[in-house]
Amino acid sequence: MIKRQVMFTFPQELVKEPIIYNLSQKFRVVTNIRRADVSENKGWVVLELEGEEKDIEQGIAWVRGKGVRVDPVIGDIVEG
Amino acid sequence: MSYARALRCRKCGQEYSLQPLNLCDFCLSPLEVNYDYKAMANGLSREKIAGGPLGMWRYRDMLPVEGKEIDIGTGFTPLVKADNLGRELGLDRLYIKNDCLNPTYSFKDRVVSVAITKAREFRFDTVACASTGNLAASVAAHAAKANMKAYVFVPADVEVGKLVGIAIYNPVLVTVNGSYDDVNRLCVQLTQRYNWGFININLRPYYAEGSKTLGYEVAEQLGWRAPDCVIAPAASGLLFTRIWKGLDELSMLGLIELVNTHMYLAQAAGSSPIVNAFQAGTLHIHPVEPNTIARSIAIGNPADGYYALRVARQSGGGACAATDEEAIEGVKLLAQTEGIFAEAAGGVVVSALKKLVASGLIKKKELTVAFITGAGPRTQEIVSDIVRPLIVQPVVESVEEVLRVPA
Repeated sequence: MIKRQVMFTFPQELVKEPIIYNLSQKFRVVTNIRRADVSENKGWVVLELEGEEKDIEQGIAWVRGKGVRVDPVIGDIVEG
Repeated sequence: MSYARALRCRKCGQEYSLQPLNLCDFCLSPLEVNYDYKAMANGLSREKIAGGPLGMWRYRDMLPVEGKEIDIGTGFTPLVKADNLGRELGLDRLYIKNDCLNPTYSFKDRVVSVAITKAREFRFDTVACASTGNLAASVAAHAAKANMKAYVFVPADVEVGKLVGIAIYNPVLVTVNGSYDDVNRLCVQLTQRYNWGFININLRPYYAEGSKTLGYEVAEQLGWRAPDCVIAPAASGLLFTRIWKGLDELSMLGLIELVNTHMYLAQAAGSSPIVNAFQAGTLHIHPVEPNTIARSIAIGNPADGYYALRVARQSGGGACAATDEEAIEGVKLLAQTEGIFAEAAGGVVVSALKKLVASGLIKKKELTVAFITGAGPRTQEIVSDIVRPLIVQPVVESVEEVLRVPA
């Protein structure tokens, strides 16, 4: 089991969809929200995902496929 | 003994003991070093600092280290009065902080020197980083000095010239076949797998503190005062926030007057998520896919973007982007007015400054410091069109004919 900290950024058309709920239902991934800011036209959620690496990878790919932007919460680490 | 007391979450204030940790367990926000400033103030004076070594470690009491520092001769780089460039841009009191003159030719030596010193204190025998150039070279050089093993991960498309500047220090150099995002993802996974000191990940709170010395030095070099305006490049945003923190701390410690510096950040237009957010009036940084020749500041998802944005706003400063063409013009202008050959990020700073002065945001009489943080020779191919020599035969007549100047 590993943990992965990520940020989901939702476009307006996905704000009403229960994407995080579905992520935990469709994949064996435990979702744990730590910070969020969601309004009627956009939103972001910082959360920790826990599960097998393979499940987390598949879950993230599914979330991306829905149109949500997924970024590591620590930001980019490849520096100049 | 240092005055560092704890790591503190920048968002929720949760505190942790000093350890290799970069994120708050509760809210997943970045941690920063917190000090006992009262004790620090009692033990510090301008005279004590001025009597220290001529390098960044003259500010040792304000850095979070306990053991002997790993120093390759970093810091106290020149602050030069840039009258020629000032005239071109319309500024009476412009200074350049020339941080190209560090041992591995960029400001990264400041942050890495602190991070490697901490890595040794934490008993890591191996350090690692992911970089497109400057950071990798600095980590490799410091690891050599500290007799530590270094793993350096580099995207496969990095220019050969840069690889030489890294490989010469003999790290384990690994090129990764894949996109910029792939390298990021891989390195996050490696941090969970290996017990290494990742310079800008688990050692990031300490790494960050090294940049404060840029703020300290500028204030000291100006005769113990803060500038009216600062312009500095922003990639992750960390350097920018720490220049501000450096000035703020000096004021808090009673070493300079109250700081009223307007902080302006510069980004390349092809990678400007912080500038975009500033202009949109939001505090949310929307990540972008970087696409610029200024690779040393090409970070699409800046870890400290939010905090950099806040510094720009709260200080009454701003944010400005420059295109690649403008960056190259800036590199040439700086070289041809002040004799300083910067990398593209320096050109971004000069061009952004030009725009800020032209738009009236930075005023003619304001004492302005531009931070030039990396040298040009490592990426000189971006200005190779500048080479247009006159060709002569090895006889005086030929020279006279070509130059057309009387002897």
